[in-house]
Order: sequence, then structure tokens, then C-alpha cells
Amino acid sequence: MDTTLDFTTVQTILESNAEKVEGLIESYVDKKEQLISLLQDVQAEFNYIPKDVLVRISQKLDIPLSQVFSVATFFQAFSLKPRGRHTITVCLGTACHVRGGQRLVDKIERDYGLKPGETTEDERFTLETANCLGCCALGPVVVIDGKYEGQVNPEKLDKILKKYE
Amino acid sequence: MVEEVRKLLDKRLRSIKDLEKLRQSILDSKDTGRMTISVCGGTGCRAAGAEAVVDAFAEEIERRELQVKVNFKETGCHGFCERGPIVVIGPDKIFYQRVQPDDVPEIVTETVLKGDIIKRLLYIDPATNKEVAYESDVTFYKKQTRLILGSNGEIDPTDIEQYIAANGYSALSKALTQMSPEKIVNEITNSGLRGRGGGGFPTGRKWQSCRAVSSDTKYVICNADEGDPGAYQDRSILEGNPHSVIEGMIIGAYSIGSHQGYIYVRNEYPLAVEHTRLALEQAEDYGFLGENILGSGFDFKVTINKGGGAFVCGESSALIASLEGKIGEPKAKYIHMSEKGLWDKPSL
Repeated sequence: MDTTLDFTTVQTILESNAEKVEGLIESYVDKKEQLISLLQDVQAEFNYIPKDVLVRISQKLDIPLSQVFSVATFFQAFSLKPRGRHTITVCLGTACHVRGGQRLVDKIERDYGLKPGETTEDERFTLETANCLGCCALGPVVVIDGKYEGQVNPEKLDKILKKYE
Repeated sequence: MVEEVRKLLDKRLRSIKDLEKLRQSILDSKDTGRMTISVCGGTGCRAAGAEAVVDAFAEEIERRELQVKVNFKETGCHGFCERGPIVVIGPDKIFYQRVQPDDVPEIVTETVLKGDIIKRLLYIDPATNKEVAYESDVTFYKKQTRLILGSNGEIDPTDIEQYIAANGYSALSKALTQMSPEKIVNEITNSGLRGRGGGGFPTGRKWQSCRAVSSDTKYVICNADEGDPGAYQDRSILEGNPHSVIEGMIIGAYSIGSHQGYIYVRNEYPLAVEHTRLALEQAEDYGFLGENILGSGFDFKVTINKGGGAFVCGESSALIASLEGKIGEPKAKYIHMSEKGLWDKPSL
């Protein structure tokens, strides 16, 4: 990653979302240790973590950029790339895995050319996997934009995904 | 009546007496003879469509103006996710499974108002092929004795007053007024309570060693970064009865001399996060958290941290690293966390 401070890009993000970004970071000024929460909030706001915001966090909270970057890339929940309009989360926890969760991931890869963590070119879907969502009885479980779908098979998945444009 | 007492107390409870007064007024305002409808609102049942069932009940009750007659609540996880959405009709605890919104008017007419059982919604015991009408007769529940999750089907986790009415926070008031920190630690040691994480470390010994370290700052950490598939006791308790966790943390904090606690919960459990957050807000409003808890002079705060989706963060040193805002990688432990944990301070 380019670690030099590129003020022109920082400028563009600040132009369109200045208050939001500054406000978010501002609320964490005395709470450096809650970096993970801050990144979660940023991601909730923008759907991903823009590089410029990472830089701004580092400047404002006085945390080395290397540390911000390492946290943002270590945890599965964070994405540094823009994500699709709809997020598909396929559970691959043990129970869902045994019940065929992987087949759903394979199907999505076949149909949409998506691997876990990737986004379709038209930004329609982002595919993610999770390790146990806590409702194994309904496995395999797929969550689309926060809506849980239980006992999903490839055929059912096809029908569900068609509803999301 | 409850409203009056609440107003009088300005919500924040300042003493044990205030708490008992509030508890009594809540209990007095409850008509114990009312029919109860309890719909499971845990993650499993929600995924199976429980929210639509909850809405249907709310609508039906309003349409027939049964608000006074029926005590309707959405509770935490009942445990039998495979047969969800689950609806239990009290006081006899008639057990309905796989309930759909269309079934709701019939349940209200037949079961709630007339007391008749609707056979089609009953659970069929796979061993005997017979219908089972009552929750206690379902084989899944039959041999269970629920201690920690016992109140899950009984209380609405988003309402602190239901927890108070079920004797909640009475252990805290006892601990703060009738017991010294040493006595609490002894009690925990004598109870034989052990950690639930697999190692089974004796809880009393942990509390004792954390208490013995002299330090201005100590932390209480609740590890709810549960990764074991298919178990989710952490999820169930934070979703269904978050105040019991908070109450336990306050007692632990009081006995070791800590003023700051953390609950580290997985972000994959959005409902547990939401209910915990709500419970913390309510506990603070009512004076169970913050400064001078119940007039005892003891201060304690709890912050919620959401995990970032890394399985390894359930391990204590990795969890602590991630609480400190670093990447959640475990490191070798040469000293117990109870002596040197979060920010190198003693941590429970």
C-alpha cells in the first residue's frame, strides 16, 4: 500500500463526506483503543473502508498508519475495496459446512464469477463467508443484507438471489 | 403505580430500598392470572421467520383489544431452534412449533381464549410418533435443568424491569450491602464454579489472584467471542438475558476492585450486540452501572466491543490485543491475565 500522504485524495473524500468522516473520527479521539469499533462504523457508513479514511484516522488519532492498516486487513469483517449493493454471507461454520454450505459458495462462483471477498463488476453482489452465525439448526444458512435464509440449497439460492437487483 | 414509583425515583435507583420498592411495584402491577404468549425471538427462530409471527400476534392482540388480558412477549432463545419459530402459551406452557403468521388468529381464538390445543402445531416425538402438548414433555427439554439460561423463555431481554421482577439484581444488592469482597470471593471458591471455556479454571482462584494484586486499575472482561459451532451459549445468554451477565460482572468487579469492564462480542451475532447495548443503557439509566451504584459508593462502567470476525480472538491474549486496538494475534503467556492483562493491568 502507498503510505505517502496523498492530500489530493484525502481532499476528495473530505469534500463529499467531510462532516461524516470527521465526526466519526472525532468521537473516538480519546478512545484510540477502540480502533476496531471505529473501523466498523466507517465500514457501516461507506460499505467499505476508503484508503483516505485510513490515512485520516492515522493522522487524527495519532496511530501509526501501519497499525491502522494491519488491523484493517487482519479482521475478516473489513474490506478495503468498495462493496456491492447486496452482501451475501454464506455460513461455512462446521454445521453449515457439513450440510452443504460449500456447494452454495461454489454455485455463486460459477454463476457470478465471485470468490469470497470479491464483488461483481456491476457492484450488484459482494460474497462473504462467515464461520458460524449461531443458527446451525437451519443450516446451510445464507444471509443477504441482514436477512437470514435457512436450509438453502443451490436451487433455492438461485431463486433468492434473483430478488436482489 | 409503577409509573409513579419510577417518577419518584427519577429512574436512577439510589439505594437497595429504591430497588425493592421498584421491584414490588412492578410485581404489584402484574396480573399473575394473565395468559402469557411467549414467542422465541432468538437468532434461530428469527431466521425461521419469528419476526413475522411476532408482528402477527401484536396485530391480532390489538385488533381484539386483548392487551390487558394477555401478557405477550418476545423472548430470547428457547434452545430448540430446529423446530422454530417456537411459541409457548402459558401458564401451562403449551408448546407450538414451526408457527407461521397465518396460524396466529387461530392460536389466539382456540388456545389463548378457550384453552384448546391445536394439534397440527404440536411437536411430534420422533421416537413414539405421538404429539407432545407441553414444553416440559418435549424430549429435548425433559432432562434439562436450566440454571443460567433458565429465564430465557420467561423474560423480554429488552426490558430491564422484567429482569428486576424476576428477582434480577438482588444478588448484586446482597453482595454490595451484606458481603465484603473477601466473602464474595470465598463464596465463589466454595461454590466450585469453574470457567466454561474448556480449561475449566476454578473461578474462585482466578478472582482471588486478581484481587490479591495491588493495582489502581483493574479490568473485568466478558469474553463472548464464541466460536464453537452449534453451541452458542454466549449468544443465547446475551440475546436472551443480558442483564444476568452484567449483574455478574458488577459483582466480580466489586470483589476484585475494578471500575471498568468490557464485553467483547462477535459481530456475527447482531442480535446479541443489540440486546447487550440496550441492556447496558438501561442498567446505566437505572443506576446499576456508573457512579455510586445503588448508593454503595462503588463505581463501575461497562463498554461493549464488537469483534472483527477472527476466530482466534476468543483466546484471551488475542482478545486483549484486539481490545487494545491491535491485531488479534495471540502471544505467549508467562503471567496470568489476572495479574497482567489488558494494558498490562490485572484483568478478570
